[in-house]
Amino acid sequence: MKQWTDTAGTAGCDRRSFLKTAALPCLAMCAGTFGGAQGLLASESDAQFVREAQFYEKLPYKKIKCKLCPRECVIDDRERGYCGARENRGGTYYTLVHSRVVTAHIDPIEKKPFFHFLPGAMAFSLATAGCNVNCKMCQNWEISQVRPEQVRSTYAPPEKIAALAQQNRCPVVAYTYSEPVIFYEYMMDTARAAHEAGIRSAVVTGGYVAQDPLKKLCKSVDAIKVDLKAYSETFYKEVVNGELKPVLNALVTIRKLGMWNEIVYLVVPTLNDSDQEFKGLARWVRSELGLDVPLHFSQFHPEYLLKNLPPTPLATLERAKAIADAEGLHYVYIGNVPGHPAESTYCPKCRRVVVERVGYTIGAMHLKNGKCQYCQQPIAGVWS
Amino acid sequence: MKTVSGTNRRRFLLAAGSGLLGTATMALADPLGPPITKSRVVIARDPQLRKAGSGIDSSRILGLLDKAVQTAFDRDTAQEAWRQFVRPGEVVGLKVNCLAGRGCSTNSALVDAICERLQQAGVKDIVIWDRLNSDLESAQFRINEKEKGIRCFGNDTLGYEDELAIQGSIGSLLSKTLTQVCDAVINLPMLKDHSIAGVTMALKNSFGAIHNPNKYHPQGGNPYIADVNMIPQIRRKIRLHICDATTAQYEGGPSFMPQWTWPYNGVLVSLDPVALDYTGWQIIERKRAEKGMKSLKEMKREPAYIATAADANHRLGTNDPNRIEVVNV
Repeated sequence: MKQWTDTAGTAGCDRRSFLKTAALPCLAMCAGTFGGAQGLLASESDAQFVREAQFYEKLPYKKIKCKLCPRECVIDDRERGYCGARENRGGTYYTLVHSRVVTAHIDPIEKKPFFHFLPGAMAFSLATAGCNVNCKMCQNWEISQVRPEQVRSTYAPPEKIAALAQQNRCPVVAYTYSEPVIFYEYMMDTARAAHEAGIRSAVVTGGYVAQDPLKKLCKSVDAIKVDLKAYSETFYKEVVNGELKPVLNALVTIRKLGMWNEIVYLVVPTLNDSDQEFKGLARWVRSELGLDVPLHFSQFHPEYLLKNLPPTPLATLERAKAIADAEGLHYVYIGNVPGHPAESTYCPKCRRVVVERVGYTIGAMHLKNGKCQYCQQPIAGVWS
Repeated sequence: MKTVSGTNRRRFLLAAGSGLLGTATMALADPLGPPITKSRVVIARDPQLRKAGSGIDSSRILGLLDKAVQTAFDRDTAQEAWRQFVRPGEVVGLKVNCLAGRGCSTNSALVDAICERLQQAGVKDIVIWDRLNSDLESAQFRINEKEKGIRCFGNDTLGYEDELAIQGSIGSLLSKTLTQVCDAVINLPMLKDHSIAGVTMALKNSFGAIHNPNKYHPQGGNPYIADVNMIPQIRRKIRLHICDATTAQYEGGPSFMPQWTWPYNGVLVSLDPVALDYTGWQIIERKRAEKGMKSLKEMKREPAYIATAADANHRLGTNDPNRIEVVNV
């Protein structure tokens, strides 16, 4: 069974074995709850996954302009946007992935990773097919870079997700693995259903989203982790097929709206690993977001279209952390290196460990009411 | 590059050895080869192609097709001409373009005529294919997934290969119809304007062979369209390009916009997809000028991918008008 990574993680098994089990591996954990262990092939009934999309503009001659992400695709009748998950049908724009889950797992929240949001909690994590960028290092391209009908999927309406999270004692639903922005309507409806059941929502995104939908999203979910792919437009253009500026704007908006936010930066050897880039990033975070936003430097593993590069050397990750630490950021982590001391949270004042982590496992916690139990320094985050 | 090909090796070697793989294009591609020959693009037209008040006249489209293919291969009979690029016993795919539904998709009467000539050339197994069954049905093709003879189905019937084909800027899964079913492909695009790529004809029709064409429309499809055509399974298997210009569209594509279509009543035939696309592009530009419309360059959607397909990194054909022999019949 493939364990999908939360955009920046490591791949767990070969693709062929994944394809055999891609339809909701979570079923193993939630047997019977999705209406049978075989799931439901999308082709059996596409209609149930189709809803009119939000955030688009109708144009003459049955064309539409998508306003969900900064790409603003102009789409002819019977065509789809870059994401492959939205389609123009006769001048009306539809999402094709509402309730169309291609994978779901119960993961530790640390796997997303969120380190300052309900540590130790289990997150009911799900994805649909599709993505609005095409990163050459994508770890989950088999679901993110395909159209919904090209992978097995299961009908899982929002209420069912909320119920499953409850049954499995998950206090959080996480929208992850592919790109939740492209299943925006489903995410919003699920977040609503989850809240009604007392369950919070956490989003794992590339942050390539337009401002209006982002602001609306921030009113409906509880935490957002942004995969900042690099701190250069060149990298975004050549490796991500996107743009940096709108992602930075999204981060500022998330912060301004008071949403809990963490940042992951996947360090790709030779492509986004210069001192200059690390320093520029750290300074930008400090000046635009503040010192308390956790910044995770994660190890890259060769995948998809970047199989020619080696995994990120540990020394590079430690160099990145040292640069960000020197800029004064309070919470700088090293990710995808289980057992590294920089997985744990340290009090920015007394420097003692306040949340001890090994891999996705929480060890000792030395927090009391969100403060360091040794020196009473407030530790930024959502702790309960 | 790691891809799976269903063509059995012996069949491929037979085809390659018999010179069936686009000799005109290959000559152009080899700087050390014999003197460069021109790429021939045949434009065959028939003002009487349509019956009064109805569709395409099936006997006239067959005659038009014969004229075009015989001229392309300098052969006196249709059978001789068709045997220049297909062999008895091969499975031949007809890659149609059905996105625009009935109004401006590869015409079924033209496809019928091609099937007739293929069968006479000894090809008994023909597969009409495109992206989706629903696209094919919307263009009046009847899905037939099982019966031998003339089958018809979209990529959704067999799906895509598991391993990525990586070529230049492209990382895609290839249609199993292309890789596992077809020994050879005849490319049957439309002559159409395209709101993003500028025009869509032979080169762009190959997007129907990959799983993720939505990822390759930015920058007017440049260099993606050229790169897709460099994928060996696509480049090697396409034997001939027959562009359906019975109805053509000079604005508003790829969707069908009846106000911008016109009855060109013709077909364009070539071994060289770049030369064909360049020639077709000029036809669209002339029509736009006639209608008082701005050129595609002025509209900032000049089809730059055509030049890319001709460049030193691709050599898929020529876009140099001095090296294109346009033959009107």
